[in-house]
Amino acid sequence: MTDEAVLDALRYMTLARTFDERATSLQRQGRFGTFSSVRGQEASVVGSASALDPSRDWIVPQYRELPALLRHGLPLENFALYFMGHPDGGAIPDGVRTLPIQISLAAQLPQAVGLAWGLRTQGGDGVVVTYFGDGASSEGDFHESLNLAGVTRAPVVFFLQNNGWAISTPRAAQTAARTLAERAPGYGVEGVLVDGNDLLAVHQVTAAAVARARAGGGPTLVESLTWRAGAHNTADDPTRYVEPGEDREWADRDPVARVERYLRARGALDDAGHERLAAECAAEVERALTVAFETPDAGAASLFDHVHADPPTRLVEQRAAWVARQEGMA
Amino acid sequence: MTTRTMVESIRECLRQEMELDERVMVLGEDVGRLGGVFRATEGLLDRFGGERVVDMPVAEGAIVGAGIGLAISGLRPVVEIQFLGFGHQAFHQIGQQAARLRYRSQGRYGVPLVIRAPFGGGVRTPEMHSDAFEALYAHAPGLTVVAPATAYDAKGMLAEAIASDDPVLFLEPLKGYRLVRDDVPDERYRVGFGKARVVRQGDDVTLVAWSAAIAVAERAADELAAGGIGAEVVDLRSLVPLDTDTVRDSVARTGRVAIVQEAPFTGGFAAELTATIQQECFYELEAPILRITAPDTPYPLAGVEDLYVPDVDRVVAEVGALMAVPA
Ligand SMILES: Cc1ncc(C[n+]2csc(CCOP(=O)(O)OP(=O)(O)O)c2C)c(N)n1
Repeated sequence: MTDEAVLDALRYMTLARTFDERATSLQRQGRFGTFSSVRGQEASVVGSASALDPSRDWIVPQYRELPALLRHGLPLENFALYFMGHPDGGAIPDGVRTLPIQISLAAQLPQAVGLAWGLRTQGGDGVVVTYFGDGASSEGDFHESLNLAGVTRAPVVFFLQNNGWAISTPRAAQTAARTLAERAPGYGVEGVLVDGNDLLAVHQVTAAAVARARAGGGPTLVESLTWRAGAHNTADDPTRYVEPGEDREWADRDPVARVERYLRARGALDDAGHERLAAECAAEVERALTVAFETPDAGAASLFDHVHADPPTRLVEQRAAWVARQEGMA
Repeated sequence: MTTRTMVESIRECLRQEMELDERVMVLGEDVGRLGGVFRATEGLLDRFGGERVVDMPVAEGAIVGAGIGLAISGLRPVVEIQFLGFGHQAFHQIGQQAARLRYRSQGRYGVPLVIRAPFGGGVRTPEMHSDAFEALYAHAPGLTVVAPATAYDAKGMLAEAIASDDPVLFLEPLKGYRLVRDDVPDERYRVGFGKARVVRQGDDVTLVAWSAAIAVAERAADELAAGGIGAEVVDLRSLVPLDTDTVRDSVARTGRVAIVQEAPFTGGFAAELTATIQQECFYELEAPILRITAPDTPYPLAGVEDLYVPDVDRVVAEVGALMAVPA
C-alpha cells in the first residue's frame, strides 16, 4: 500500500471509531437502538475493503463493517438511520454495490456465492467479499456455502473475522478446529490466515484473494485473526464472561494506533495531520447525524413500502387502513 | 409464594427441575457463563456444571438436532433458541424432525425435548429478532406449542413441558420477561396443557389472545369496561393442544369475538381460531369474527414498531366498532 492509500485507510478507521463512540453514547441516551461497534477490528475491516474496487466489486456484510460500507459508497447517514430504527436506514443508493446489513448469522453467505456466480455467468469481472464472524462459521449456511463455492468456483472471498468471541462464547468453545482457515481445503477452497490487526497484511492477503477470484482462480476463505475490544453490543456486559486482563495483550495491538505509528515513522503523518484527520472525521459524523436526526419520522405507510414490487390488493387495503388510523391519531 | 418476573420464574423452574432430575440439561447459545442474553439460565452453570449447562456453537439446526439425539439417548434436554426469529435455521429439525419422529418410528422413539424461545416485539430489538411466527410451528403435526402469559404459568408450564414425552416449543414473550410479574409458588407445580384461562369475565365480547397480547387485551378490557362494554379475556396458554371448549363457551355467551395477535394477518394462528370458532359457534355469533393483528409486512425496524404491533388503543377502537355491528 502506498502511504496515500494507508492514510486513506486511516481516515476510514478513524471515522468508524468516531462513529462508534458517538453511537454508543447515543444508545445510552435512548436515541440509538442496540449497536455493535467495530472497535478493535478496524484494520481487519478496512484492510480488506481497501482491496476492493467499488465500481465492480460487491460487499455482502454482517453487521459490524461500517467502514467497509462507507468506502463502498454507503452514506453514513443511512447507517445512522438504521441504528436509529428508521426504515430509510435500509436504503442503498444506486451504484453502491452492497447488500444490507445482515443480522441472521451466516444467512448472507449462500447469497454471496450466488451473487458472485451470477456476476461471472453474466460476463462481469466483479468479486464478492462477504464478512462474518467465528460464531457464524458454525452455522450450516457457512459449510454449505463453502462447499458450493468450491464446486462453482464462484469469485467470492469469505472474510471471516475471528474476533475471539460470539457474544459470550469464546472461539475455543466454538470449534475444535485449530484454525478456521484450515477448513477451506476440505471444500476445495483456498484458505489463508492473517493477522487481522495488521492493516497492510490484511490488505495484501485480501488483494491477492480478490485478484485470484477475478482471474477465474476461484474462492478463498480468509481468516482474519483479531479481537473484539469491548462488548458484543450495547446490550451486552462482557464483565460476566471475560476474565479480567484476558484482553491485555490485545490492548497493545490497537489497530488504529498501530497505523498511526506506522505513518508517523514513515514521515507521512504528524501531529497537525493527525489533528486535522480527527477533526474531519468528527465533522463528518456530526454532519451525518444531523441529516439522520432531521429526517422526518417514518409513518405507517413506511411499513408497507417496498414489501412487494406489485402489492396484492389485500395489502393495499391494509395500507389504507393503517394510514387512516395513523392520521386519526395525529 | 413469591412475586417473580417471568424470567425469574423460568430460571426457578429450570433450577428445581435440574435439581430433582439429573437427566435434565440445558443447552444453547450463551446459556452458560453469560446466563443467556436474557439471564434465564443465570447461575445454572455454577450449580450444575458444564456437562449439564452447555454453551453451544452458533448453529440452531445443530442445537435442536443434537437435542433430539440427546432426548433419544435418555436425557431431558431443554434447548434455548436465542430468539425465535432465528428458529428458522432450526425449523427443519423442529417442525420436520422432532415433531414426527414418534410417528415415523411407529412409537419406538419419542422426543422429550423442550425448545425455549423468546418471541414477539415491543422491546426495540435489532432487525429480525422479533418475529412472532408461532403459527408456522402450530402447523407442524406432532409438536406441542405453548405460550404462557404470566410468571405463574411460565413456571408451571415449563415444568409440564420438561415432563412431557413429546417435543414442546415453549414460547416466551420478549416484552413480558421483566414486565410481567405475579405471585409464584416456591414449590414445584405443573400447569397442564390444553386448558385456556379466563383472565376476566364479561358478557358482551370475547377477546382471545396469548402471550404478550394478553397484557394488551387486559388493558383494553379495562378501557372498554369504562365505556360500559364487558369484555371477557381468554388466554389460550397453549396453541397446540387448543382448548376449544373454553373459547366456544365464552363466544357462545358473548356472541362476539376479537382475536388479538402480534403476528401478521395472513395465515396467522388467529386465522385458525377464526375458522374453528365459525365452525363451532356459527349460530351463536352476532357479528363477524374480528382479527386484530400486525399487517402482512415484515416486522419493521424499531422506529416504527409501535405502528405495527396491535396496541390498546387499537383494540379498544376496533372492538368498539365490532360492538356497533347490529346483531
Ligand atoms: C442465526 C442467528 N442466531 C443467533 C443470533 C444471535 N446472535 C447475534 S450475534 C451472535 C454472535 C455472533 O458471533 P460472530 O459470528 O463471531 O460475530 P461477531 O458478533 O463476533 O462479530 C449471536 C449468537 C443471530 N443474530 N442469528
